[in-house]
Amino acid sequence: MFYYILRRLVSVVAMIFLITATTFAIFYASPIDPARYTCGKNCTPTILEGNRKALGYDQPVIVQYGKFVSGLFVGRDFPDNEELRQQYPQQVVHCPAPCLGYSPTQHRTINEMVAEAWPISLSIAIGAFILWMLIGVGGGIIAALNKGRWPDRSIVGAALVGFSLPTFFVGLVLLTFPAIKWGWVPIPSYVPFFENPIKWAQNLILPWITLAFFFAASYVRLTRAYMIETLSEDYIRTANAKGVARGKVIFRHGLRAALTPIVTAAGLDLGGLLGGAIITESVFSMHGLGYLAVHSVTYMDLPTIVAMVMIVSTFYVIANMLVDISYGFIDPRVKVS
Amino acid sequence: MADSTAVEARDGAVPIAGRTPWQITRARLTRDKVTMVALGAAIFFILLALSAPLMIQAGWIDPYTAHSDLVGGLGSMPIGPAGGVSWAHPMGVEPGTGRDIFSRVIAGLTVSLIVATSAVLLSAVLGTVIGIISGTAGGRIDWFFSRVIDFVLSFPQTLMLIALSTIVIDALQAAMNTDRTVPSMVFMILVMGFFGWPYFARILRGQVLSLKEREFIEAANSLGASRTRIYFTELLPHLWAPILVYSTLIMPQNIATEAALGFLGVGIQPPTPSFGSILNDSVHYATSDPAYFMFPGITLFLVVLSFNLLGDGLRDALDPKADRQ
Repeated sequence: MFYYILRRLVSVVAMIFLITATTFAIFYASPIDPARYTCGKNCTPTILEGNRKALGYDQPVIVQYGKFVSGLFVGRDFPDNEELRQQYPQQVVHCPAPCLGYSPTQHRTINEMVAEAWPISLSIAIGAFILWMLIGVGGGIIAALNKGRWPDRSIVGAALVGFSLPTFFVGLVLLTFPAIKWGWVPIPSYVPFFENPIKWAQNLILPWITLAFFFAASYVRLTRAYMIETLSEDYIRTANAKGVARGKVIFRHGLRAALTPIVTAAGLDLGGLLGGAIITESVFSMHGLGYLAVHSVTYMDLPTIVAMVMIVSTFYVIANMLVDISYGFIDPRVKVS
Repeated sequence: MADSTAVEARDGAVPIAGRTPWQITRARLTRDKVTMVALGAAIFFILLALSAPLMIQAGWIDPYTAHSDLVGGLGSMPIGPAGGVSWAHPMGVEPGTGRDIFSRVIAGLTVSLIVATSAVLLSAVLGTVIGIISGTAGGRIDWFFSRVIDFVLSFPQTLMLIALSTIVIDALQAAMNTDRTVPSMVFMILVMGFFGWPYFARILRGQVLSLKEREFIEAANSLGASRTRIYFTELLPHLWAPILVYSTLIMPQNIATEAALGFLGVGIQPPTPSFGSILNDSVHYATSDPAYFMFPGITLFLVVLSFNLLGDGLRDALDPKADRQ
């Protein structure tokens, strides 16, 4: 087990480096001039060259990537040029490890930006996750127990509707009607949890519902399918026949078999969301990681784009690993080797 | 079923009729009312999309003409109920320009369906070829392609789509020397197609792995059939069902992705109508004229829903494990 986890960790790290290297290659080695995007409308060749030097864009791509990787472990100083640092010591910004880079459009380290945005994305992801797991798994169980009857049909129908409604459309409808037009809930703006938990939840309820709407649908289908299959097994009939309580049969015996696929999907979905919900955050103007990503793309802030790709894929790859490792605990039949 | 082989019935028992998999599928599909309705709706939307250019030529729909007489007041809002709905303009008119939303939605359907279908085709072809090669070759080639699949799937797809759009569309525009319409469509097709193939490859690899142990492949091998023959003449006919099912299931995802990216201002840009570009424009009027995003949004939902239902129905009908009734 120990060696298995170690091996998975090594492959996770390798995968993250491969992804960042590819991202670097795509954006820094492409025919576009990255310095051009750091220079606004009143761009003069002097400013352009100054920015290029300060950001280190004049160095070969491989050197820039090397600096990015070493920055992750030991931190970096900006501007990325020894001469400039000595010339303007008061402008030097230190970026401690793990340094994600320096944003030329926001004039601060990406670590600072991520530290600001991450609690928002985390709040959105956790709340939505709890909501969709309750609705999705609960709905799936109810549907499976009533297979073919009206509760099943209506739940399955609702799931298909939820699955087919585009997230941004749901978000836009929720923002326009309950929040702006009818004033039932505040127009979402982030309030930190430790400042006021009630306001925190009130402000996040619409983003949660928006995300849960879409995700719950696939969990209903997943749970229902596995529960129906399991409930027709002989050991369920045996458990029922020997008088095991109905609740125990459903949760202990029935749901247990559906646990592996549910954990797989839940781990990957949550891992994907922790890196920011791009669409939902954009609809509600919540300045989380997803919004940061879109913002960095709009302004072609290359260091931030690379950092965001790395953060999102890191969450995904780690979630993938944790899901694989958890199989050994959930299902005793799985021998991890 | 005249062409099915009937086993001679003895003692007046009901004759057992052998049915081909296609007959079973068709019988199942025609009994599944929801799927039949979804199929009808999907065909309707496809026909509508195909005929949109003709309808524009005939003057039945007009997505580009501005009607300044239909908008007025502060911010040039549409005059009339629900965003200016009338017999001439069943979904109302755009705020500002007064263009007919119904016509724009139909014209947008054409662009969205062309992009989504082409991306599905690209994913399916790439995924099928790589899946078959990976499954039959095994060993190092299989290991390599499996890692490539893991790698592509680990990339944050939405983020990459957004991040690459400016660079790739700029490059395509320079290469093609046109406005941004065609380059942005090509970009959406290429990138959505590229991120879609691993799903096909995974599923087909699995199918091929079990198929290649079957006797007919062994027979073909021992008769000295070439690799190409085994891939395309022997294996491919068994793979049409999963290819068809996953194409139908990925299609609505692509339509929704194009719309979502358009909503973020990426991809196909106004004035070319597509679900994405229409909804992107309507966001600016979300509070003052909610009908402007409701009508295209609901249409988009119906298109996605019909393809999702069709995909589900096809999967159930083609599943060899399901009961043969």
